[in-house]
Amino acid sequence: MHWSINTPLVIVLLLNLFMLSVSRMRSLIYSAAAQGVILSALPLLLEKRIDSMIIIVALVTAAIKGLLIPQMLHKALRDAQIKREVEPLIGFLPTMLLGALGTAVSITFAAYLPMTQTGSSTLIIPASFSTVLTGFLLLTTRYKAITQVIGYLILENGIYIFGMLLLAAVPFLVELGILLDLFVGIFVVSIILNHINEAFSSLDTRQLTALKE
Amino acid sequence: MNIAIYIMLASTLSMAISGVPGLLFSRRSMTGQWIATLLNLLATLLGIVALLTFVSGGYHSENMAWPWTLPWGGFAVGIDTITVLFLMPILGVFLLGSIYAMAYWKQTQHPDNGRKLRFCWGLMNAGMMMVVLARDGVLFLMAWEIMALAAFFLITTEDHNPCVREAGWIYLIAAHIGMIALVAMFVLLRLTAGSFELWMTIPSSVPQGMTAAIFLLALAGFGLKAGIMPLHVWLPGAHANAPSHVSALFSGVMLNVGIYGLVRIGEIMTVPPLWWGATLLIIGAGSAVAGMIFAVCQNDYKGLLAYSSIENMGIICIGLGLATIGRTCHRSDLVLLGLGGALFHILNHSLFKPLLFLGAGNILHATNTRKIDALGGLAGKMPVTAGLFFMGSLAICGLPGLNGFLSEWLIYLGLLRTAIAAHVDTLVWISLAVPALAITGALAVAGFVKLFGSVFLGNKRSAEVDHAHDPGAGTLAPLAILALGCVALALFPELIIPLLVSAAHAWAPQMIASTASFGSLAPLQEMAKLNVGLLIGGTAFLLLLGIVRQQKLRAAIPTWSCGFARPVARMQYTGASFSRMLAQLFTWMIPVKPAVPPEGRYVPQPAQWTQDVPDTVLDRGLIPGFALVQRLLERFRPLQNKPVNVYLAYMLAILLLLLLALCF
Repeated sequence: MHWSINTPLVIVLLLNLFMLSVSRMRSLIYSAAAQGVILSALPLLLEKRIDSMIIIVALVTAAIKGLLIPQMLHKALRDAQIKREVEPLIGFLPTMLLGALGTAVSITFAAYLPMTQTGSSTLIIPASFSTVLTGFLLLTTRYKAITQVIGYLILENGIYIFGMLLLAAVPFLVELGILLDLFVGIFVVSIILNHINEAFSSLDTRQLTALKE
Repeated sequence: MNIAIYIMLASTLSMAISGVPGLLFSRRSMTGQWIATLLNLLATLLGIVALLTFVSGGYHSENMAWPWTLPWGGFAVGIDTITVLFLMPILGVFLLGSIYAMAYWKQTQHPDNGRKLRFCWGLMNAGMMMVVLARDGVLFLMAWEIMALAAFFLITTEDHNPCVREAGWIYLIAAHIGMIALVAMFVLLRLTAGSFELWMTIPSSVPQGMTAAIFLLALAGFGLKAGIMPLHVWLPGAHANAPSHVSALFSGVMLNVGIYGLVRIGEIMTVPPLWWGATLLIIGAGSAVAGMIFAVCQNDYKGLLAYSSIENMGIICIGLGLATIGRTCHRSDLVLLGLGGALFHILNHSLFKPLLFLGAGNILHATNTRKIDALGGLAGKMPVTAGLFFMGSLAICGLPGLNGFLSEWLIYLGLLRTAIAAHVDTLVWISLAVPALAITGALAVAGFVKLFGSVFLGNKRSAEVDHAHDPGAGTLAPLAILALGCVALALFPELIIPLLVSAAHAWAPQMIASTASFGSLAPLQEMAKLNVGLLIGGTAFLLLLGIVRQQKLRAAIPTWSCGFARPVARMQYTGASFSRMLAQLFTWMIPVKPAVPPEGRYVPQPAQWTQDVPDTVLDRGLIPGFALVQRLLERFRPLQNKPVNVYLAYMLAILLLLLLALCF
């Protein structure tokens, strides 16, 4: 059954690289949404015994990550009249190469970790690390506040993948709680974005440093 | 029965809470201050009752311990003769300071900081009481920290003044460096002794390196509090900038607490290595001489008194070092004279130094300046303060006639005993400390002649003196009581001898220490007779002088007219010019910098002459040193203060590093 888990994870990895190289904001949001939807299906594939609880959680995750959050981001994009272009600190190609390097490192690194059987035989750990690294790369190399929100979202996706290892140990309620946090966080940020835009007529995080002291 | 401990704990509690009710009252009402003073009175009375119980019980040490819920230690307290000797100054100066503050620091006149001052005043004294009573390492450190923090808030009472804030910061840093040393020391003690119980004897099987580390850490931690010479950097600023009754408390009591630690640390080994005592002796001698040299050069009278505290702590350290050497070499005579002299000098210092600081408070209150060279001729305007200050100065110089002489004499005797033995003594090098002590005494006389002469005698040097007058009885009474204490100890040293002998016995129980042997070693009573004679003679001389002045047998000429026809006040010797020669002798040690005015080419220009007295260790060593460190660290500044992206990149880098570390 490894292929059934590894196939979506390979798609996730490819999406990571795509998100690092894409220059249109809209594509970035769609990719993040697609990644979220794929991830929400993971528990269904992993768990041997499928009950109604798991299905509900998967549906709620998919709805929030695939519909609600992208919707809010689009709205913020529209309302705040953000230019539809990603502003990178490092070029798109170098970031993508860095992401590829990170994925390679993650895969070699995963082999070193002292893990149980389920962990070592699938792509879960490399995919998780690679996604976290992608999130970090987006956070550090993109200027716009909204790209940073997406960076956090992808960071959380990476942590979510890692959580798959602990599926038996962590109740879904906890997972739902984390999801709720994420949702509220992004909700608040999209509102703040609007306000910052109104007050300073810019969403460039470089200019936000002028706020300190 | 442990009655004395219970009463002492009640007294400590009463101290600790004395400032609390005042916090609830209005900033402009005296009620809180009255309540605080009454609670302080209660605390001192309880303390005296406890001391009397202890003394009448035959100096039996008592110990009590209660468990607590903290993972370490317990609430263990105890009382013995050494504790009692340190409790007496705390109780006395505490009460006198509170009474003095009733007039000196009235709540109605200091609505902004009076309540804070009284709250911390009580807390600090309670902290010191607990430090001395504690028989558990954790409790000791907690009390120590309470004392240190409350002291910080006392120093920064007038925190609107930048000088005060700076002095406060320096104190806080020094206090916490000392605290770190003490924490390390107690951890090592715990490792060697197996429990936090104090003050256990370390087994002789403990390796030398460990005991050496314990001693050096204790020397650093307690030495910082006591203001021993290279570690004194916080002391002059803190003493000079705090309100005067707080300075009196610091100098008269808080420094003692540092000495208390050193006394106890000498006790923890049955036979300490010789270098322990030698280190104390050398540091003490250096501290005494250098402290007084610095004091002589001061132009601020509270600063002069502060440096003279360093000198006195040095003298006490000499005694302590002598006693520790006595312990090493099984010489009960050295223990008796050294420890006896040190403890006696602590008591004496707690009498005359608060007296001088409270007197300085009176001067400051009347004239609003701390500059020696702005005063002059105050003896006529403030005769009572002048008289009491004169007595304090006599006592602190260690001149025969008052109590300071007796304790220094004990230490002299102890030091000389190594030189006068019939056979060649291997410890004869100890007597080399005698000249150091003698130089200190001479310098002390010079310093206090400068202080008293420039402030009280001569003619006024500035308009600040014009409206000066003696304060009311409430402010003078504490000074008078302290002066009486000086006289009492000078005339009746036998009051204190049993305590000293019992303390020496408790400190070194393996050696025989009895009153009889003390009497044969140091005939204090004979010296007391000398004191009686000198005091009667001196008083008679002063009375005669007064009668002569009444009769107007002398021509009325201005003081120190120096043969000029029309002398003006500015022609007088100033304090700075008086100490100039001494200052020039020691410029290698204290770089006193007179700012000499430029000379006009043909016609003299109007000029001003100022003198800057730096503290060598602080201003020439530590502050440039720290500035250098800061410049080095400044290079890392660009790493900080970046946009959020960069911070996230740092996190990423650390994350990757940790992952790599996990791999290999």
